[in-house]
Amino acid sequence: MARVVVDVMLKPEILDPQGKAIAGALPRLGFEGVTSVRQGKRFELEVEGELTPERLAAVEEAARTLLSNPVIEDYVVHADSPLEAGA
Amino acid sequence: MRIGVVTFPGSLDDGDARRAVRLAGGEPVALWHADADLHGVDAVVLPGGFSYGDYLRCGAIARFAPVMGSVVEAAGKGLPVLGICNGFQILCEAHLLPGALIRNDVRRFVCKDQRLRVESTSTVWTADYAEGQEITIPLKNGEGGFVASERVLDELEGEGRVVARYLEGNPNGSYRDIAGIASADGRIVGLMPHPEHAVEELTGPGTDGAPFFTSVLKALVSA
Repeated sequence: MARVVVDVMLKPEILDPQGKAIAGALPRLGFEGVTSVRQGKRFELEVEGELTPERLAAVEEAARTLLSNPVIEDYVVHADSPLEAGA
Repeated sequence: MRIGVVTFPGSLDDGDARRAVRLAGGEPVALWHADADLHGVDAVVLPGGFSYGDYLRCGAIARFAPVMGSVVEAAGKGLPVLGICNGFQILCEAHLLPGALIRNDVRRFVCKDQRLRVESTSTVWTADYAEGQEITIPLKNGEGGFVASERVLDELEGEGRVVARYLEGNPNGSYRDIAGIASADGRIVGLMPHPEHAVEELTGPGTDGAPFFTSVLKALVSA
């Protein structure tokens, strides 16, 4: 088993109403000094066997086509376990 | 003329869309998300609701439904498609229309009778309106903010592909007050408010939504 994490964030220029709502709530709870909040999504994918470059490429493809919408979101894929050398 | 209305798990307005088709004089055909067969329909409506619970993003999972593979392929060959609300979100996720719909800037679900101006009558779905006609149809969404890059917005405006614009206040933060857009050939239209809820005096604010359904029937008959 290998684990890959995909982080998806709204692009900086896209309004994030969820983040704004949270930013508005923080000072009401006494958390001062936060000037901005952006809320994203984290996906943790367990994949079969060793994390080969092919499997990582497939996760990249899933991140690009399903997990994020490139019109409004950016994504970053991180291997949570080291890539098998030479696999 | 047979107009297919797709039911996804979580669709809410499929019944009203079929009724609107029937009242306009067409034959509504119920299509199922897991069935790739379009059963020979002459046009397709993707109705409002919360397809697949709207998990992940609105319309993101519906885009990969078996029926959508067929809709995308048929749309490429000129099949008229109208996406209403969740259907609009699905059309954007399926790349049949540009842009995306994000959470309302007001951070609330908005439900109201909405004033609109019909900006383009050169689409298959709006030919029965007068250019610039002002109408009232219901709007109900939580993620109805239309966004796209400046380049795409300019292109939509320049090509007359903005179908309808919000009047008397922008309910959800849509860029340039855009309520609906069309494909370059005017056969695919996405609209955030709900014309299918305004086709009978008894059950809606009026009948201002009916021309969406009569327009496509006329276009099909003359085709």
